[in-house]
Amino acid sequence: MAYQLTINGQTHNVDVEGDMPLLWAVRDHLNFTGSKFGCGVAQCGACTMQIDGVATRTCVLTVANAVGRNITTIEGLQSPQARAVQAAWVELQVPQCGYCQSGQVMSATALLEKNSAPTDAEIEAAMAGNICRCGTYSRIKAGIHMAAAQLKNTGGAA
Amino acid sequence: MNISRFLKSQNVDPSRRSFLKVSAGTTAGLMLGVNFGGIAAQAQSAADAALEFNAFVSITPDNVVKVLIKHLEMGQGVYTGLATCIADELDADWAQVVCEHAPANTEKYANLLMGQQGTGGSTAIANSFMQMRQAGAAAKAMLVNAAAAQWSVPASEIRVSRGVVSHGSHTATFGDLATAAAQQSAPDVTALTLKTPDQFTLIGRDDTLRKDTGKHNGTAIYTQDVQLPGMLTAVVVHAPRFGAKVRSFDATATLARAGVVSVFAIDTGVAVVARDYWSATKGRELLKVEWDDSAAETRGTTDILAHYHELVDTEGAVAASVGNVSETLGQSRDVQTLVFEFPYLAHAQMEPMNCVAKVDGAAAEMWYGCQSATGDQAAIAQLLGTGIENVKINTVFAGGGFGRRANPASDYVLEAVRVAREVQGTPVKLVWSREDDMRAGYYRPAYVHKLTAALNVNGRPTAIQVRVAGQSIMAGTPLAAMMMVNGIDITSVEGLSDLAYEIPERQVELHSPTNGVPVQWWRSVGHTHTAFSKEVFIDVLARKAGDDPVAFRLGLLKNNPRETAVLQLAAEKAGWGTKEMPAGWGRGVAVHTSFGSTVAEIVDVSVQGTNFKVERVVAAIDCGIAVNPNVVRAQVESAIAYGLSAALGDEVTMTAGNVDQDNFHTYRVLRMDAMPEVEVHIVASTNAPSGVGEPGTPPIAPAVANALAAITGQVITRLPLKLA
Repeated sequence: MAYQLTINGQTHNVDVEGDMPLLWAVRDHLNFTGSKFGCGVAQCGACTMQIDGVATRTCVLTVANAVGRNITTIEGLQSPQARAVQAAWVELQVPQCGYCQSGQVMSATALLEKNSAPTDAEIEAAMAGNICRCGTYSRIKAGIHMAAAQLKNTGGAA
Repeated sequence: MNISRFLKSQNVDPSRRSFLKVSAGTTAGLMLGVNFGGIAAQAQSAADAALEFNAFVSITPDNVVKVLIKHLEMGQGVYTGLATCIADELDADWAQVVCEHAPANTEKYANLLMGQQGTGGSTAIANSFMQMRQAGAAAKAMLVNAAAAQWSVPASEIRVSRGVVSHGSHTATFGDLATAAAQQSAPDVTALTLKTPDQFTLIGRDDTLRKDTGKHNGTAIYTQDVQLPGMLTAVVVHAPRFGAKVRSFDATATLARAGVVSVFAIDTGVAVVARDYWSATKGRELLKVEWDDSAAETRGTTDILAHYHELVDTEGAVAASVGNVSETLGQSRDVQTLVFEFPYLAHAQMEPMNCVAKVDGAAAEMWYGCQSATGDQAAIAQLLGTGIENVKINTVFAGGGFGRRANPASDYVLEAVRVAREVQGTPVKLVWSREDDMRAGYYRPAYVHKLTAALNVNGRPTAIQVRVAGQSIMAGTPLAAMMMVNGIDITSVEGLSDLAYEIPERQVELHSPTNGVPVQWWRSVGHTHTAFSKEVFIDVLARKAGDDPVAFRLGLLKNNPRETAVLQLAAEKAGWGTKEMPAGWGRGVAVHTSFGSTVAEIVDVSVQGTNFKVERVVAAIDCGIAVNPNVVRAQVESAIAYGLSAALGDEVTMTAGNVDQDNFHTYRVLRMDAMPEVEVHIVASTNAPSGVGEPGTPPIAPAVANALAAITGQVITRLPLKLA
């Protein structure tokens, strides 16, 4: 069946079953491969995209349920918060294997878009669904603080 | 459905498949960018046509230094480390250096410590430190000689700095000289004068950015991201029990499902090939398979471990022996014994196993995070009955490994080839789900240890007996010849058989029972368990003697200046014995040497009832020269997190041969809230670099256990750690 999806501000048509998770439609049929497959059951966060601004595990969100909503993938991140997060990730050399990092960046960005100065506890709560087996958690946390500070210094324009 | 019918259903004319095949290489290059293919294949114009200086260094006329990396980049920073060694001797500008994975070619790209092309054992820098520097220095000599000829000046007067070659009023970039320099004869690398450590410009620097880029914005390419024209996706239904075989299967419903292309039995199960992952997965759910369990492992882990407990009460094969330990133990008035138990562990790297393969008659082309190029290439060639020259391996980034991808049986790689062989000429991406990955075995084996010491009147150990029971990871693999001595798998006892503590008499015995559970190395191999029993036991002896745990260790390390220095550095930085702790907090220590490097870790835990949190870890490492201190720190942080995950939650259990865990809700890995603050201190050194990726893992679990014992009095001898 044909579905129309709004991804990174653009309309994409995809001919798949409606129960296909958004992750696989985006990866296998639309060739946006930045979002990763890690668990398939919303446990690891590697597949995180923003759906109407909310960090969402797309390995369990069906294509049918994604129709008519604003889907942002790692490829389409543009907000000042996203840029600050990505700059901090480079500055602090956060990624190691990197496979989880698209999801980490998506979750971190969604957090900062709602909370410009999160505490450690708020960061831990927001990032609890993103596993990193390389254990880059300390640098991720530091990166979120760095991005928050950067946004504050520049009045929100990273 | 057959392939041509499938292609037709996708509006692809089967007669055009030859066109697809012909264009696959260039299209893939465009789709996948610099991570792919050889340098020559990418050269599209004169400006970026790389000129080869040697097996590791090419330079383009537009001034890019391309470095071929013979090891797999799986997060450990090997792109950065190897490129740093080359760029330093080459005097390149770090910004002009790009890295690519080298192809499979044992002659050119062997790991010099292994004798074959492969990554592991924390050897990437250790084996190639000189080789990479020589490659950089050789390329620099060719640039200098070309400049000398062009400018008619003596080569000895030419200066090279940050990618610029100069003499008097002459200056040239590497790119300017590349064409002429590549034609210079290659110098004898052994005759080159390499830099002394005080001349390093990049080695030892903290501020050089990693070369495995694109990981913060989703552009880095992993196996999972490889897209090739006409590519199909395969999943395989594996037997629930290890060693079971397919008896029969009914694919009627699977084949009727949209998107499914074909279903067939292979050695390891039943493969479902489809147009995409979701179709394959849904098709697999409809498959009915009958299994033949006659050769399957049907025991549970409780049974297996109970057997190991019996074994450690009996004498094992002697792995190391000094003095007459059993006599001393028999005569001693004061004997201390502890029995330890370790579970099976899954690697649970973020990217489940996967592999892209295309088989065309006797030729195979592969795309994946290849960790054992020589072994995999030979295994593929043998399976296809062809020569290794017909097996091309394109290596991409790996989403973590921790040992799993270097599988001595090439398990997931051969599975991909077996599938691809059935769909000749069509690339197939084999994808394991998380459940497939977690239940596939090749775990860190379960072990039971029994440690017994005789103590003198001062509480100092005079003799120690260690008995280890657990499967050998080397037996039956191609590495057995190298890693097994007189039937002893040295990796089962490493860290104990070469005990750092000076105890006059010692004996290490090993039982290596066999069972049907496939096992393999896991980040830091035998040290994952040997460091735990050793360091928890020594702590118990220290407390029993009424001694400070650091002072007690130092007393047994008088002839080991390296462990002494590392332990003292960690103690000093952590404020051992001086820094006050909040109420309810405990502090513990562990030190261990593995892969040529020594790491000490000091841990603070907070305890509330039976719950505890690891609050802070102060680590010190001596790894020789730290080629990139920031990467070293990152690896120690990572090794601590990985080991802590196992200390706190990782555990694979089996019930009647069925693995009980299948995903991250049942296999509880470390998440951010449990990550402590980590501080890493590197011992300044001019010694040759030693291992970095693994040595940080062994000390963390015992340091946590020792901190818990310090505050609660409970000595925990089983992993994962639980307070009573």
